[in-house]
Amino acid sequence: MTARVGVVTFPGSLDDRDAQRAVRLAGAEPVALWHRDKDLHQVDAVVLPGGFSYGDYLRCGAISRFSPVMDTIIEQARQGMPVLGICNGFQVLCESHLLPGALTRNDSLHFVCRDQKLRIENADTAWTSDYASGQEIVVPLKNGEGRFVADEHVLDELEAEGRVVARYLDVNPNGSYRDIAGITNAAGNVVGLMPHPEHAVEPLTGPTTEGLGFFTSVLKQLVNA
Amino acid sequence: MSLDTVKNAEQTPDAAQPWAELGLKEDEYARIREILGRRPTGAELAMYSVMWSEHCSYKSSKVHLKQFGEKAPENDAMLVGIGENAGVVDVGQGYAVTFKVESHNHPSYIEPYQGAATGIGGIVRDILAMGARPVAVMDPLRFGAADHPDTRRVLPGIVAGIGGYGNCLGLPNIGGEVVFDSCYQGNPLVNALCVGVMKHEDIHLAKASGPGNKVILYGARTGGDGIGGVSVLASETFDATGPAKRPAVQVGDPFQEKLLIECTLEIFKEDLVAGIQDLGGAGLSCATSELASAGTGGMRIDLDTVPLRDNTLSPEEILMSESQERMCAIVEPAKVERFLEICEKWDVIATVIGEVTDGERLEIFWHGEQVVDVPPRTVAHEGPTYHRPFARPGWQDALQADAPTAERLARPANGAELKDALLKVAGSPNHASKAWITDQYDRYVLGNTVLSVGEDSGMIRIDEETNLGVSVATDGNGRYAKLDPYTGAQLALAEAYRNVAAGGAKPLAVSDCLNFGSPEDPDVMWQFAEATRGLADACQVLGTPVTGGNVSLYNQTGDVAIHPTPVVAVLGVIDDVTRRTPVGFGEQGQLLYLLGDTEDELGGSAWAQVAHDHLGGLPPKVDLERERLLGEILIAASRDGMIDAAHDLSDGGLGQALVESCLKGGNGARVVVPEGLDPFVFLFSESAGRAVVSVPRSEEVRFNDMCGARGLPVARIGVVDGDALEVQGQFTVTLAELKDAHTGVIEALLA
Repeated sequence: MTARVGVVTFPGSLDDRDAQRAVRLAGAEPVALWHRDKDLHQVDAVVLPGGFSYGDYLRCGAISRFSPVMDTIIEQARQGMPVLGICNGFQVLCESHLLPGALTRNDSLHFVCRDQKLRIENADTAWTSDYASGQEIVVPLKNGEGRFVADEHVLDELEAEGRVVARYLDVNPNGSYRDIAGITNAAGNVVGLMPHPEHAVEPLTGPTTEGLGFFTSVLKQLVNA
Repeated sequence: MSLDTVKNAEQTPDAAQPWAELGLKEDEYARIREILGRRPTGAELAMYSVMWSEHCSYKSSKVHLKQFGEKAPENDAMLVGIGENAGVVDVGQGYAVTFKVESHNHPSYIEPYQGAATGIGGIVRDILAMGARPVAVMDPLRFGAADHPDTRRVLPGIVAGIGGYGNCLGLPNIGGEVVFDSCYQGNPLVNALCVGVMKHEDIHLAKASGPGNKVILYGARTGGDGIGGVSVLASETFDATGPAKRPAVQVGDPFQEKLLIECTLEIFKEDLVAGIQDLGGAGLSCATSELASAGTGGMRIDLDTVPLRDNTLSPEEILMSESQERMCAIVEPAKVERFLEICEKWDVIATVIGEVTDGERLEIFWHGEQVVDVPPRTVAHEGPTYHRPFARPGWQDALQADAPTAERLARPANGAELKDALLKVAGSPNHASKAWITDQYDRYVLGNTVLSVGEDSGMIRIDEETNLGVSVATDGNGRYAKLDPYTGAQLALAEAYRNVAAGGAKPLAVSDCLNFGSPEDPDVMWQFAEATRGLADACQVLGTPVTGGNVSLYNQTGDVAIHPTPVVAVLGVIDDVTRRTPVGFGEQGQLLYLLGDTEDELGGSAWAQVAHDHLGGLPPKVDLERERLLGEILIAASRDGMIDAAHDLSDGGLGQALVESCLKGGNGARVVVPEGLDPFVFLFSESAGRAVVSVPRSEEVRFNDMCGARGLPVARIGVVDGDALEVQGQFTVTLAELKDAHTGVIEALLA
């Protein structure tokens, strides 16, 4: 039996079908989850996709965090279910306090879309085990509010515990503290990432296929579990 | 406050009405009285005034636009032609594609961010209303001189507005144009294009038929924004209890529009609508009168039921409001419940506001009293028609005589001067990298973007199993059109056609956005007449019908009109997107071929503008049969794997094309000037019907044979090699130097 990976659609989610495609190309079965439905339909892992949920009004991710589906996801994530938040999904994870810190307006004050080089700093999470630690990859980045910020002691703690999952290389596109592009929780099952690995899964449409590893990583973990 | 009912209008025939303030002419007002057999009510006057405006009625342009229908080439792919929200084209495998380009020029000048944002919103709803899922947007933009302070005011806002709205909708921005010219100072052009995809059976039309069917308004609440001329009327009729100084520019909410898209597509999927129309210019007036007019004619609306953001709005204002993110659907009674359920699922407000009747009149009620009673066709489709006078301008001959010959404009005389000219063009705002702009747009969302930034066309995969795809290019050159509007319009079409073919897609159909000055100026009207005639003639030869578009007039500051700027979008289809041809030279050692004939044609050229700030002479000649042949060669070569890169030659000529292809691919090139050709003409001429291609050595014989057999002149001009562009015997310029000149230009101007 293949792994079932849920992809949540909030009102205003945009990259939900892209995340489903990436799950499918990685060999798992994508399952569409609806924000109003508390039921996760027996999925083994969840992706919170990019977009502008609830228009990003108030604060990015601040309203989605209170949707019925998030109640269940927060509970399951605390029990170890793998959860990947991409872009807006990362913002939702921070608003849900599953991950520390916050994402604020890019320091350029402009939305930025570019092919971004990253270094995978932690290849031991549920979503990065198919990479080598220190591996460099290029995936699209596109955000207006992607600047990762946190208190100094939180940043020090993330670094000390090896919880920085990916860092920007060459260019810091949004002013994130310490070039942080993604982080994980202490258990390594919840990962938040500002760039978009789901847009680097096919040579035809992506700058590379180096984003697929996030989705094959979780599949491997689920199959081995 | 007093309500101007139909009854009241009958009883007070001599009441003074602000028809002139609303932009109506005396004879137009008289005609409305004649149609109705009485004076119009305030609400009726508001409806007629806005629907009979130039923007909605095309009253000055339609006598010329009808050529697009009369001269339309036979084309089996056309499923829906001009007159609907957008044309629909068959692209095979059961898919249909709809696309349209539209202007939002004036609002974007007044309020750059919202003007541009709602331009995107409006065109996306047009596409949605046809039954299609919107899949991509493009934005042809024109600004005043790059170093002018007002450009610094409008450009960042317009770009942020397009990005802010399009990104939040989740539509990839796959291309467009950015042109700077002082003629657009005080009158930037913001054109927006959207492409949508559907299955044939999903096509929906804007008509209301079937008495008893319900009229449902859904989407955003109606507010006081976007009420232009009508505020005049409101201020006449009402006291100061209403909100003052309503903004004439609408305010967009892309999140609401995203919900509207998903909700509408789900409604289509369950086949719940009999007719549908988006609310854009002229709001509810336009939607109700057009739906009724295209259907059986009768409709009754209760305005009290319209959900409002502002309860002080008058019936006139509700009818005129251009609040964004609204749609109007005609739904059979048995399907209303399910329709409302789906709207609720997406948190979209939906309200039954009326029904289709078996009569022939559009009747609108407010507080139980009738405020509108009109034959809808007279509002929507039978507006006035003007035969505006036009004449070839007195200055046209002198302009054309001022040709950029070697005697009149000094040309680069040696290798060093050629290199300098190349770098100057590549680093001029019109030809420099637009990354500062395009990096603010999401080009990846939906995961089907095959070609976008810096390519000749934008290409989208529409079927992941079969790899069927479509591509679109938009082009327009106001400088060419100023020199000769007939040829200029044809050159715009030829360039867009060539761009689509260069990517490997077969051009199928055209949409156009015709941006001109005041139709009351005979010079401008002549430009318009010539451009439409040129475009219609060229579409006939190339077999690509105009499926729809938009006319934007009165683009001028004081008495000075913009250059006539017909922007032409060409849609193409490609059976297998994995065969697409990119612009960048990707592989060292491949051979470079120049396709087509190069002549001494520099009138309106980029070089003349950059080096001498000169505009005069004649634009390049057009040979449409040659364009078609070149297109066939490019498509066949792409399909059969004979070329790995292709770039059309247009403004900036071969030199600029080489710069772009080298930088995009990260590879240099060594080229040789063909015998008998002047090096300057070789690099800077803008002769049409040309492209440069990169051919793998293994394909050289086959490629040459194909071109030879079909009679297309080709010249082998060099090889992809090294990390510099070398024009042998003339100059060498490193990619680093080129990149330095070509990038950072826009941001430096705006800093």
